[in-house]
Amino acid sequence: MIRYPRRTVLRAGAAFAGAAALGFPAIVRAQAEKIRIGHLTPLTGFLGVIGGYAQLGVRLAAEEINASGGILGKQIDLLSEDSINPATAATKAQRMLEQDGAAVLLGEISSASALTIMQVAERNKKVFFSTGARSDALRGKSCNKYSFHCDIPNTVMVNAVGTALSQQGMVKGKKFFTLTADYIFGHDLLKAAKVFFGAHDANLIGDELIATDVTDFSPYLLKVRQAKPDVVCCNLAGNQVTNLVKQYAEFGFPYPLVGFNLNTGDAWAAGAGNLSGIWPTVWYHTLDNPTSKAFVTAFTKKYGKPPENHAWIDYVTLKLLAEAINSTKSTDSGELIAYFEKQAQFDIGKARKAYFRSWDHQLVQEAYPFTVKPKDQMKDQWDMLVLGDAVPAANDPLETIYPAKEQNPCEMKA
Amino acid sequence: MQFEFLLEQVVNGLVLGGYYLLIALGLSLIFSVGGIVNLAHGAFYALGAYICVELTSRLGFGTAVAISPLAVALLGILFERFILRRFYTADPILSLLVTFGLAMVAEQAIRMIWGAAPVSTEIPQSFRGSVIVGDFLFSRYRLLILGVVAAILLGVWLLLHKTSFGRVVRAGIERPDMVAALGIRLQPYMTAIVMLGVGLAALGGAFFAPITTVHPAMGAEIMTIAFVVVVIGGLGSFWGVVIAALLVGVVRGIAIHFEPAAGEASVYILMFLVLLVRPRGLLGERIEKFE
Repeated sequence: MIRYPRRTVLRAGAAFAGAAALGFPAIVRAQAEKIRIGHLTPLTGFLGVIGGYAQLGVRLAAEEINASGGILGKQIDLLSEDSINPATAATKAQRMLEQDGAAVLLGEISSASALTIMQVAERNKKVFFSTGARSDALRGKSCNKYSFHCDIPNTVMVNAVGTALSQQGMVKGKKFFTLTADYIFGHDLLKAAKVFFGAHDANLIGDELIATDVTDFSPYLLKVRQAKPDVVCCNLAGNQVTNLVKQYAEFGFPYPLVGFNLNTGDAWAAGAGNLSGIWPTVWYHTLDNPTSKAFVTAFTKKYGKPPENHAWIDYVTLKLLAEAINSTKSTDSGELIAYFEKQAQFDIGKARKAYFRSWDHQLVQEAYPFTVKPKDQMKDQWDMLVLGDAVPAANDPLETIYPAKEQNPCEMKA
Repeated sequence: MQFEFLLEQVVNGLVLGGYYLLIALGLSLIFSVGGIVNLAHGAFYALGAYICVELTSRLGFGTAVAISPLAVALLGILFERFILRRFYTADPILSLLVTFGLAMVAEQAIRMIWGAAPVSTEIPQSFRGSVIVGDFLFSRYRLLILGVVAAILLGVWLLLHKTSFGRVVRAGIERPDMVAALGIRLQPYMTAIVMLGVGLAALGGAFFAPITTVHPAMGAEIMTIAFVVVVIGGLGSFWGVVIAALLVGVVRGIAIHFEPAAGEASVYILMFLVLLVRPRGLLGERIEKFE
């Protein structure tokens, strides 16, 4: 039938498989003569699923702003693309600022990609809102004047879950085994977890660093069993969390599984009946306040499903950016930074208003621990989480759960 | 104690290898008989998973796992008849392009039908949890998969080696011109092989749907490891693929036991070493038409 050297065929095959891994960007572009805003988020790879939600959220915000007259009378022209990986994210960010004339950048979930975009923003002296990246280092030793951080940092997630675990007597004197995502986010989260364990007399008896493309966790689960911990703690990200949760349910170990990081999208993907334990979240669509409810209604109407927390954060970020530009009547980086550094308050769909802390540009806001609803009590497939009380408690200042100045090595150059 | 833990990883690796085998066997068969590297193979794996999730909510998991590969095998007929058949004698770059394109079309089609967000299903209660056999811990569910894979392996081996169908297929791999001279048309056999190959991939997808993320790009995810298995095993060899799949599972388990950071790289290092020593793969035969 054929007469081609086998190795040539295999080599070409491998090249194609490699090309497939690079992914293809979804490019959304409109006309000029508007205020251009660049949005980057992972749409492929292990964070692609939650990145998809982020893109839906930011598009909805742009539509709503445009429908109500735009910013300073101009329509928003939103460029939203797949950031793919840290190197591509930086290249695209540079292109958006230099060639496309974007006034501001926002987006990202991967802490590694957010870090490279932060450097591009600083070099170009343009503002970047890192909406979904959680590594402490971004608002710590890598912080810069042009970058603002909207999601809760790792330390806050650890504190939110840790406090809930402590109340149930699951921390003091207990043996923890952690499974950690092997990139900047995971390393950073493990560091925050170690600080927490140290401060609360818990023992970390084992940790496994797990590559982000791993889909089979069975060898790691065997190592967990061999270590016989009291509590297993997930420091993973994106699809990793879903895979771990499903396979943990498969093996049915007696040690409770908890986690210091979870996005609602990962919980939904794991499905009812697989997830258990205590986890942190930054926002959930059942929060009962007017801003949040209006957003959930609009999103559900447009997309036929409720928003995930990354849809929410990219949505509120574009909204608060529009508010800032309207207030300062400018898209100038210096004026915007000055406005945010005055710690202007924003309604982000939570009981208490949020503000960017002037010295590290962290959006200071509430967080929530959650447990999982029993399957027979769920109204629909999205109704999975039972939110605990907001942290910090209502009468404590919001900043108590964030790293204080002496714990955070952020120094911004003027 | 340390040794027992290692042994446990080895046994677990064998189970995982059995799962890789479901994907790699079809890839190898289609390449051996048709000379086509089917880059769309992962798409059938993904389809198997999605159809299984879809049917589980209506018919239960057992029925879904049985029907899903059959449905995908039927799709395989169309795939062979209208696409693959045109490329058996063409420049291989064309079949690579067309199957690569098909993989992308399939991924987007899945996205349009089921959405970009993952869908989920769970293991039936009776197969949850683990059993301890001697000193080893097994996931009950993976033991089930292992049993099914063993049965399928036996079935495929019997089909290829003990039936007249198998004799023609094996002759077709070695000397297609001779088979043609004897007045036997290979095309219906090719259709059957493609059905078998993509059906096995779909079965792999269906079995893994409850324990992994079912998302549109899952097909692309599995292709790399399937390729590694086929390359290590060597072409045209049934047992080569079997041994390679098990070896890849075991090597990964051992690597994670001793040096977790090398866990994912270990299988590529294995491939590199095998190709260095035996460029034809472990049990690859010298097949005239591929040289």
